[in-house]
Amino acid sequence: MSPRARTPLTPASTEPAKIRNFCIIAHIDHGKSTLADRMLQITGIVDERSMRAQYLDRMDIERERGITIKSQAVRMPWEVAGQSFALNMIDTPGHVDFTYEVSRSLAACEGAILLVDAAQGIEAQTLANLYLALDNDLAIIPVLNKIDLPAADPEKYAKEIASLIGGKPEDVFRVSGKTGQGVAELLDRVVEVVPPPAGDPNAPARAMIFDSVYDAYRGVVTYVRVIDGKLSPRQRIQMMSTRATHELLEIGVSSPEPTPSQGLGVGEVGYLITGVKDVRQSKVGDTVTDQAKPATQALAGYTDPKPMVFSGLYPIDGSDYPNLREALDKLKLSDASLNYEPETSVALGFGFRCGFLGLLHLEIITERLEREFGLDLIATAPSVPYGVTTEDGKVIEVTNPSEYPTGKIKTVTEPMVKVGILAPKDFVGTIMELCQSRRGALLGMEYLGEDRVEIRYNMPLGEIVFDFFDHLKSRTQGYASLDYEPSGEQEADLVKVDILLQGEQVDAFSAIVHKDKAYAYGVVMTERLKKLIPRQQFEVPIQAAIGARIIARESISAIRKDVLAKCYGGDITRKRKLLEKQKEGKKRMKMVGRVEVPQEAFIAALQGDEETKKKP
Amino acid sequence: MAGPLPEGLMPSADGRLPEGIVPNSQTPFSAYVHVPYCRVRCGYCDFNTYTSDELRGSRRETYGETVGREISLARKSLTRVGDNRAVSTVFFGGGTPTLLPAESLVAMLDELSATFECEADVEVTTEANPDTVDSAYFDTLVAGGFTRVSLGVQSVVPHVLATLDRTHDAERISGVVAAAKASGLAVSVDVIFGTPGETLDDWRRTLDAVVGFQLDHVSAYALIVEAGTALERRIRRGDVAPVDDDLHADMYELADEVLGGGGLAWYEISNWARTPETRSKHNLAYWRNHDWWGFGPGAHSHIAGARWWNVKHPAEYQQRLEAEKTPAVGYEIPDAPARELERLMLGLRLSDGLERAQTNQAEVLALVRDGLLIDEAAQGGQLVLTLAGRLRADEVVRRLVETDD
Repeated sequence: MSPRARTPLTPASTEPAKIRNFCIIAHIDHGKSTLADRMLQITGIVDERSMRAQYLDRMDIERERGITIKSQAVRMPWEVAGQSFALNMIDTPGHVDFTYEVSRSLAACEGAILLVDAAQGIEAQTLANLYLALDNDLAIIPVLNKIDLPAADPEKYAKEIASLIGGKPEDVFRVSGKTGQGVAELLDRVVEVVPPPAGDPNAPARAMIFDSVYDAYRGVVTYVRVIDGKLSPRQRIQMMSTRATHELLEIGVSSPEPTPSQGLGVGEVGYLITGVKDVRQSKVGDTVTDQAKPATQALAGYTDPKPMVFSGLYPIDGSDYPNLREALDKLKLSDASLNYEPETSVALGFGFRCGFLGLLHLEIITERLEREFGLDLIATAPSVPYGVTTEDGKVIEVTNPSEYPTGKIKTVTEPMVKVGILAPKDFVGTIMELCQSRRGALLGMEYLGEDRVEIRYNMPLGEIVFDFFDHLKSRTQGYASLDYEPSGEQEADLVKVDILLQGEQVDAFSAIVHKDKAYAYGVVMTERLKKLIPRQQFEVPIQAAIGARIIARESISAIRKDVLAKCYGGDITRKRKLLEKQKEGKKRMKMVGRVEVPQEAFIAALQGDEETKKKP
Repeated sequence: MAGPLPEGLMPSADGRLPEGIVPNSQTPFSAYVHVPYCRVRCGYCDFNTYTSDELRGSRRETYGETVGREISLARKSLTRVGDNRAVSTVFFGGGTPTLLPAESLVAMLDELSATFECEADVEVTTEANPDTVDSAYFDTLVAGGFTRVSLGVQSVVPHVLATLDRTHDAERISGVVAAAKASGLAVSVDVIFGTPGETLDDWRRTLDAVVGFQLDHVSAYALIVEAGTALERRIRRGDVAPVDDDLHADMYELADEVLGGGGLAWYEISNWARTPETRSKHNLAYWRNHDWWGFGPGAHSHIAGARWWNVKHPAEYQQRLEAEKTPAVGYEIPDAPARELERLMLGLRLSDGLERAQTNQAEVLALVRDGLLIDEAAQGGQLVLTLAGRLRADEVVRRLVETDD
């Protein structure tokens, strides 16, 4: 076993040959954070006393859900054969919504630990991230974790991994993040296998931003990997995408608490603080250079995050609207990919149309708004961006069914994604059935080892944003995992279905769906609303319509009895109070034309099957 | 007297009326006497009533004595504000008043008559459970000054009676009705519709039987499933079907048809009488907002715009009176809008209707158009519910008050 480094190397004066930059690629729950914790302990940068589980995960949600949303980097000293090294471990987000952030984290490394649960095998997102790492020419160290578990089957999964990345099953490392077994050897292996960074110390400074987080006390903290040159305190830097310049108020490394340094040199990983207050001024993927002596060429791979999933967020209590606005403004400081604009709905009142990177992103934001800001929210059914071309040649991007043009439509395009699903081979039939029912086109299928299959489909994103993952999980007893990446657009036979109450359109229930599914959607929504809307003083037709054409119809028959049978002496006070209460209740009703609908009915109708999803 | 007591202000301990309450000598004055005992508690009932093992030391035998204490307390309270009105109607309700010997009821009535004068044509009614009464019982009541009996028949269909936990059988009912009529009492029966499991045909059987009794008064109530009753729990558990409002509406319409065919006309939403003279004068006092004093645990009173209510438990009721404290535990003086709401909700229940003064004319027209108010009456300045309107009386009240603000 290697000893802890007796003389840790100093940032800004560490030669690249002594630096190793690596990340850990793992599926949720495969033990990445626990392994990272052991590394922090073994390298001695966190003492036993201050050690807490999942040290690097800062947000409550991260720790509770066991997933990493924002990545971070930590510098650890390590000694091999009497030589001191600086290991930079870059934590990567584990979810498909954050593929872009993952790709930037990978671009900051020369090596990756592929961490797989020895009881479960590799999952779809891990596989997707592994391909990303291979694309980036990273040295891969395959590792099976949780070998202490009784259910662990390292032999089987070592074979599976070997078949994926080449090499022999014996080369797959075996560790237990929980007990620490094999972790020191793994760090030795990192030093041995991961190439040292290469870069030109004399070239103009270039550093890539792989993460940018908002801190209430310090403003934006930007995490960078220096490629060429050097960054120093008080230096004026420039963001190459925006040309904005800032002064470096502080520069340092995380070990794991922020520690200011004399700068960062070639290959080094650390943080910058410039005093900016909004992460949009310090975007992931951008290149930082020296204002006085700027680089001519930015580093490759920078893109602006583009929202793929849209949903209306409404406070359940209308008076919370200003609080929701304030909360979104605050979250935006730390989340460059969140965007939103005010929206009004007949059914739900005032709210915001929000764009998200994906479904998990939506869920995380909603949960943070509810938890950190104490808001009670309702989210409309997620929608994707459609390209609508009208007969007169106008092209409109529609992210909300209410923006769908009313005139003649020439074509509609929808975003497509390549979907990868990993599952035991017994579920292939049921998965294919599901994907086909969602207009998927099979791209291919491959066996991983003997009994697991990777199935690849090209599918409309709109078909998976709603409840696809829930169906996938329930049909495969939870064994299937899913990953997707954008794969362009396709023209499709899409229509907008409106829901009408007594002839009045209820905006929150309009949906853009494939023509073949319009009828089913109409039937489901009209039936659901029929069950939820209380009977009125008159008959209320509930219709689903495409334009002026009615495709489904239900009706709520008029109420016939609304009277208390007995009203004698002792009933009078109680009865009067009941009528007064009903009168108050009416004020809280939403009016759609003459129809009174309790807001709860709209909310329940929107949640539909989602109710079960929230409580797994 | 269903449900928990309302929230209210604290009455003065010595039974003094709230400040500023001055009775009007022209307003008729009634007395209600609550008898809080039952042999068994029926599954649908949430009235303030107790079976013998629930009573913590308050005894049936001395109940009349305790009520007597409240009678003298009432006398003092009213005399203090110069109120000397005679009693125009008396009603013994429960519980099961007839679980007490007829002599006990008569003794309470005697106490009332001795303390308050009774008008010459005073109407004195008691509720009666068919299980507990016979000719001798009725004779004693008549001799003691009772004029009317209201029999809790509920249904003549065995499975319906069983669901309601009623212990009498259908055969017994006609005998009891005949005995009551023979005694010279005016006889009314109470029936309930919409019991879980009851069909429209079951209900027709009960209505036919009731018409066959040739009575001058019938009350027909839709079953109300009250929170906290055994029936509510059984419905919640799924042991019995929930009530169906549409079936209730059909049953109500059938009741109006069959009772009407038997010569009985509706005069209140749940009450039918052969002539205006055979209506229940006591109950009309509630709907016409007259004054009444309610004696007994949980009883409510209404005097000159103030409403108050007594403590619910008979043992506590007794203790308070023995300590010469008022049994009232809360009161309210509804403000003008609340009183108007009461006037509407009570008055609209009657076939006499109410004067349309002060109500929104446009909404009256809308209610006529929707078939809930009778057009001719509205044109004549009276608000009178149609058959459909009787079934939706609460909606009519809400619409009339909503448009007020």
